[in-house]
Amino acid sequence: MENISENKEQNIKNETVNINIDGIDYNVPKGISILEAARMLNIEIPSLCYLKDINEIGSCRVCVVEIEGSRNLQASCVYPVREGLKIKTNTQRVRKARKSAVTLLLSNHHRECLTCIRNLNCELQNLADNLGVRNIPYTGEMNDYGFNDNNPAIQRDYNKCINCRRCMAICNKIQECNVYSPLNRGLNTIIAPAFKKDLEDVTCIMCGQCILACPTASLSEKEHISEVWKAISDPDKIVIAQTAPSIQVTIGEIFGMPIGSFVAGKLVTALRRIGFDKVFATDVTADLTIMEEGSELVERLLHEPEKLPLLSSCCPGWVKFAEHFYPEFLPHLSSTKSPHEMCGALTKTWYAKKYGLDPSKIVNVAIMPCTAKKYEASRPEMTSDGFRNVDYVLTTRELGRMIREVGLDFPNLPDDKYDEPFDQYSGAGMIFGATGGVLEAAVRSAHKLITGEEMQVPDFKEARGQSGLKYGTVKLGDRIITVAIAHGTGNAKKALDMFKSGEKKFDYMEVMACPGGCVGGGGQPILGTRDHKYISLDYRHNRADTLYNIDKEKNIRRSHENPRVHQIYKEFLGNPLSEIAKKYLHTTFTPRGKYSYLNK
Amino acid sequence: MLKSIEDLENIKNESLKSISLRLKDTSIEKEINKYHILVCAGTGCTSSKSNLVRERLENEIIKRNLQDKVKVFKTGCFGFCKLGPILVVHPDRTFYTKVEPDDVDKIINNHIEKGKIVEKLLYHSPKSNEIQKTIDEIDFFNHQMRIALRNCGIINPEDIKEYIAMDGYIALGNILSKKIPPKEIIKEIKDSGLRGRGGGGFKTGVKWEYAASYQSDKKFVLCNADEGDPGAFMDRSILEGDPHSVIEAMIIAGYCIGAHKGYIYVRAEYPIAVERLEIAIEQARKLGLLGKNILGSSFDFDLDIRLGAGAFVCGEETALIQSVMGLRGEPRPRPPFPAEVGLWEKPTLNNNVETFANIPIILRKGSNWYSSIGTEDSKGTKVFALAGQINNTGLIEVPMGTSLRTIIYDIGGGIHDNKKFKAVQTGGPSGGCIPEKLLDTKIDFKSLTDIGSMMGSGGMIVMDETDCMVDIARFYLEFAQDESCGKCVPCRIGTKRLLEILNKISKGKGEMEDLKILEELSYDIKDSALCGLGQTAPNPILSTLKYFKDEFIAHIKDKRCPAGVCNDLLKIVISDEKCIACGICAKVCPVNAITGEIRKPPFSINQDICIKCGACIPKCPVDAIYKR
Amino acid sequence: MEILIEKNEEDNFKKLDEIIEKYKEEEGMLIRILQKSQEIFGYLPEKVQTYISQKLDIPISTINGIVSFYALFSEEPQGKYTIGVCLGTACYVKGAQEILETIKKELQIDVGETSMDKLFTLKATRCIGACGLAPVITINEDVHGKLTPADIPSILYKYIKKHKENKTTK
Ligand SMILES: Cc1cc2nc3c(=O)[nH]c(=O)nc-3n(C[C@H](O)[C@H](O)[C@H](O)COP(=O)(O)O)c2cc1C
Ligand code: SF4
Ligand code: SF4
Ligand code: SF4
Ligand code: SF4
Ligand code: SF4
Ligand code: SF4
Ligand code: SF4
Ligand code: SF4
Ligand code: FES
Ligand code: FES
Ligand code: FES
Repeated sequence: MENISENKEQNIKNETVNINIDGIDYNVPKGISILEAARMLNIEIPSLCYLKDINEIGSCRVCVVEIEGSRNLQASCVYPVREGLKIKTNTQRVRKARKSAVTLLLSNHHRECLTCIRNLNCELQNLADNLGVRNIPYTGEMNDYGFNDNNPAIQRDYNKCINCRRCMAICNKIQECNVYSPLNRGLNTIIAPAFKKDLEDVTCIMCGQCILACPTASLSEKEHISEVWKAISDPDKIVIAQTAPSIQVTIGEIFGMPIGSFVAGKLVTALRRIGFDKVFATDVTADLTIMEEGSELVERLLHEPEKLPLLSSCCPGWVKFAEHFYPEFLPHLSSTKSPHEMCGALTKTWYAKKYGLDPSKIVNVAIMPCTAKKYEASRPEMTSDGFRNVDYVLTTRELGRMIREVGLDFPNLPDDKYDEPFDQYSGAGMIFGATGGVLEAAVRSAHKLITGEEMQVPDFKEARGQSGLKYGTVKLGDRIITVAIAHGTGNAKKALDMFKSGEKKFDYMEVMACPGGCVGGGGQPILGTRDHKYISLDYRHNRADTLYNIDKEKNIRRSHENPRVHQIYKEFLGNPLSEIAKKYLHTTFTPRGKYSYLNK
Repeated sequence: MLKSIEDLENIKNESLKSISLRLKDTSIEKEINKYHILVCAGTGCTSSKSNLVRERLENEIIKRNLQDKVKVFKTGCFGFCKLGPILVVHPDRTFYTKVEPDDVDKIINNHIEKGKIVEKLLYHSPKSNEIQKTIDEIDFFNHQMRIALRNCGIINPEDIKEYIAMDGYIALGNILSKKIPPKEIIKEIKDSGLRGRGGGGFKTGVKWEYAASYQSDKKFVLCNADEGDPGAFMDRSILEGDPHSVIEAMIIAGYCIGAHKGYIYVRAEYPIAVERLEIAIEQARKLGLLGKNILGSSFDFDLDIRLGAGAFVCGEETALIQSVMGLRGEPRPRPPFPAEVGLWEKPTLNNNVETFANIPIILRKGSNWYSSIGTEDSKGTKVFALAGQINNTGLIEVPMGTSLRTIIYDIGGGIHDNKKFKAVQTGGPSGGCIPEKLLDTKIDFKSLTDIGSMMGSGGMIVMDETDCMVDIARFYLEFAQDESCGKCVPCRIGTKRLLEILNKISKGKGEMEDLKILEELSYDIKDSALCGLGQTAPNPILSTLKYFKDEFIAHIKDKRCPAGVCNDLLKIVISDEKCIACGICAKVCPVNAITGEIRKPPFSINQDICIKCGACIPKCPVDAIYKR
Repeated sequence: MEILIEKNEEDNFKKLDEIIEKYKEEEGMLIRILQKSQEIFGYLPEKVQTYISQKLDIPISTINGIVSFYALFSEEPQGKYTIGVCLGTACYVKGAQEILETIKKELQIDVGETSMDKLFTLKATRCIGACGLAPVITINEDVHGKLTPADIPSILYKYIKKHKENKTTK
């Protein structure tokens, strides 16, 4: 794959300036903020509203410093370094102002840490602790904007919001869904969707990126833990867990393991000990997705060129994005369901029949990196023979909470294996969890489908990079097709707009709504405990690396070589894109437009 | 279309003749036996119905066939709005006040037809207790020096030729015809010592220099006419009375920094100013003073008006920029300053209306002339809006360095109703309250800051013994809280907490500890808020705490409001002994709080209902009602 | 998804189209368009904001953020007469607060509210530049100055009477 990288690495200028922090001289790159400079030098300045490159608005005033010659304190996160700048990060005046900002925030905060979903993983809480806030002398009016969760995926506790606008920055700048805006002004300011609608009624794609950005509990996934406990305790129910590819490399983080630790075996053990009757790997149906989607690609390349480009559809966040913003592209979306829905559908049909189970007693629980899948699972289309494919979706974080509730010592659990028949999977299925993975997997199989020959599994280094939008070409026999990879829906938007204007054409595009793909999904562990230094793509990258490394060591690296895939086609579906496959593994889309609330 | 400076000068000479009647200068040849009647058409006089007076005059003149002898003009604010509608008759410069439409007959019958002044309408000075006939005699105008307001009350703001007659656009003409390098113009402004009149007092020439120094494909000139300070209306008066002075300056600014487009951001609450500006821009375009190839030169510049939509913070320059672009008016951190990154990310020069109004005359008369006026720190004059408990409320312009006492007593005519002066508040919501002992302060940017207040945009509110300083501080905090954009924590939440503490004190529920918290929090907010609004919002608290702490203590310790303002600490009561049960008070009470039976004293006030409006007090024939 | 425009709204939306057409090419005219829309509709309901969002292709969140920021925009229908009580400093020290309280009691509404009969909307405004006449209130375009609380009932009554007369002559 020849790569024409869209986002050329910015040439970082080598120019530097001399500054003095707390009496010591340093030489730092020109143009960066004081805060960045300090962090480079391991001088810690607390911050709250700041997200590097994403939210630099200087609004919380927690990062203030003294600058020689400046009458007021300055927010270090937005103050550029320049030659000769003299900065003090630790004076009585600075400490007092920082503490005062946090105290003021707390005076307007419904402080319910003990019962709060972010207890012990909350930036505000940490900051109050770090700065030693011991009393809040100002009592007075508090905003009370209540709670909002009329949708299946994301809940909003307005009373925990500190107006840092990080959610808004992510949503507007990276995802370009433009869900939030500050409304009103003064103390009444609220960061909310237009008219303070519920997220379901606006252009929210439920990706959950705003949850990752939120320093407090103002945004979180809608928990389905108690429903799952109830099912598990019900002796009548067969409760089946399936785990998405990326969970194996992220859940360890919740228990203090290094970022990117591969813990598939422990994960299975934990799920069994929690009480799930079966534990399946969604990776298997990821392979199936490739078979279907790859066949669609071949189909369109050979017979329906007008339906090119083919756009991937395994990410429900992206699907919803297209439904809201690009309804005209819906015919281009692959009609395949996302892997967890396939797994759910097969469990309640083929699997139930094969093992003589009553599908009405099966409860499918999908452990996903994703809040959009909570939403997807509730879509009316997502049923098979009258049964809901997936009954509950739990995020990585929710599963983590269940494991903690049971009291398992996760890092020291023994390994176990997934249950038949959703147990064996190819490397291709695994790398689904990272941006570029779907495309890479699809290409591995499409080659075989088109040319009848296996292709060398190349190292698609370019496809795996973290740059937001990539283009490349792939040789399939004597055909050269152009492919695009976008993660973060803002990048998908860019690609589609350029496609529309004719500036850039492509035959196939993989879109993952979350930056980094599912390893950076909205349901993944939040690493911002101390502050949000790590919201950058770095940690997502580490998670992805693990997936790719394991892929490399796998014997089976192509979806069409997965024996379970063969088995399913043989026993149930016949061929890819067969009538039965279409019935159970494919779906339809709904144009939604930008003003869903008008329908209410 | 004017193609050169000569064209411009021709117009000037022509129009000078037609306004010569109104000029004091005796060297100018004047028509004889003719009258010009100037009717104030500023907001103040318009709301006291000066337009009816003008219409009546015009009709009457036509009816009596006096068109050749008398002409009626609109003009800008004289500053004496309280006595409006104001009407001045030239050439004798008679200053009529409180003119009603029905007075028009008298003026024409006596003044115009017989040359006899209508005494009843003349100004009666409360200070010297004499009648002051002409504008030159009136003590309100005596200590003033009108530079920014030079044309207000003299020309018709809706006629560009009258502005040109007063040397308008000559500075621009000179620059363009002689191709004076921007550097020289900027130097002249720097040398004049002019500092921004919008509140910050930044050196105007330096700002122009910065804006000129950045390279960019596009640049903008922005005029800040948001004027949000309550009780201040100098920018409004300039725009209403002399809009071309601002337009001329903006064109010059565009020339100096290399901008071809300007915006004037005006409050929507100033409809008259907007209308005058629209007329002025249209007339300037027609004459080729705006648009392509101005005055036949190769320089292009055009102007647009943008209306505010009701947010004080939009006066802050970075918020202003957002608002001009049609967005929420939220400030952003500086640097970068607008001179580098402004409208649509391009270098943008932003100045206040009054700042701009000074530019043409500085360039005409020279920096030496200008810098000879004022103090070491602050050059030139400043326009102030005098309001509050003072006899002559209105708009004045005085040289920098004039003392507060001169302004309040000589120009302002002292305190209303012979009450006792308590404080003067300058600088609007960002400023502070200055006590009696500092009245001899000679005001300029520095001296005001030194005593804990600010120049601000020039609002000056005088308070007397009936004003409670806790209440005043509370008032300003309420304003800040209402107008905070809500972006940064110290201002969004901090001002609310300050307000809550003040409310507590004014309700008699304060504790001494609160004073400490007030002060500490005030300093934290000042130190760390994002923009000027938050950074200065605590000033009214800090200055009242500094100079009037005893009033705070009286509220806290004695549960008493010495000025009798804080409602929760006072009651309106009827004296049982004095009341004769006439029932008058019960009739005036807007909430029917007073009950009693006629001729069966006493009447009494139901304290639960009484809103303490005080309306009943003056109505009692035997002074039986009082505050306690 | 289609914005449904009722028969009786067609005229107003046609006017809105003209406004949008006039200003849409120029940058940064959103506030002006909203101001004009408010003149047409009397206020800025959800539907009008949505319509503008669609026509200008500006996110509805942005538009609602702007509308809710500026004091002169209203998302609720306004009374026939808007009473603005100036709470500028000059008026305040001359007793504007008492004037406000009296009107509140008189009309039984709070600041920002509209009376039950939809006749009056009460607002606290900032200096309107008539400080010389303090305290000042505005009722639509009329300015009433040098007021005391006792003046309020009769002033309000004038408008109520005017309204009733208009009604009966119609
Ligand atoms: C809260 C706030 C309100 C302001 N309001 C105004 C205003 O109404 N008019 C104005 O000219 N400047 C105002 N300013 C000052 C402007 O930010 C800016 O400094 C000024 O327009 C620059 O012009 P100048 O240099 O000519 O004074 C305000 C500043 C702040 C912080
Ligand atoms: S959001 Fe954080 S500070 Fe707030 S209640 Fe929850 S844990 Fe406590
Ligand atoms: S942290 Fe403090 S308040 Fe919270 S549970 Fe422990 S002891 Fe109680
Ligand atoms: S879930 Fe995604 S689309 Fe929805 S508000 Fe959050 S960031 Fe925006
Ligand atoms: S919801 Fe969270 S991220 Fe968004 S503004 Fe509130 S606290 Fe910040
Ligand atoms: S990228 Fe993955 S985690 Fe994110 S929305 Fe799509 S499927 Fe969910
Ligand atoms: S100081 Fe106040 S007005 Fe200024 S940015 Fe902060 S909140 Fe907004
Ligand atoms: S003060 Fe006002 S409300 Fe109270 S009794 Fe007198 S008139 Fe009535
Ligand atoms: S007006 Fe005076 S005398 Fe008459 S009833 Fe009232 S309090 Fe008594
Ligand atoms: S102001 Fe710098 S982190 Fe919020
Ligand atoms: S408006 Fe007429 S004198 Fe001020
Ligand atoms: S303060 Fe009320 S009109 Fe100026």
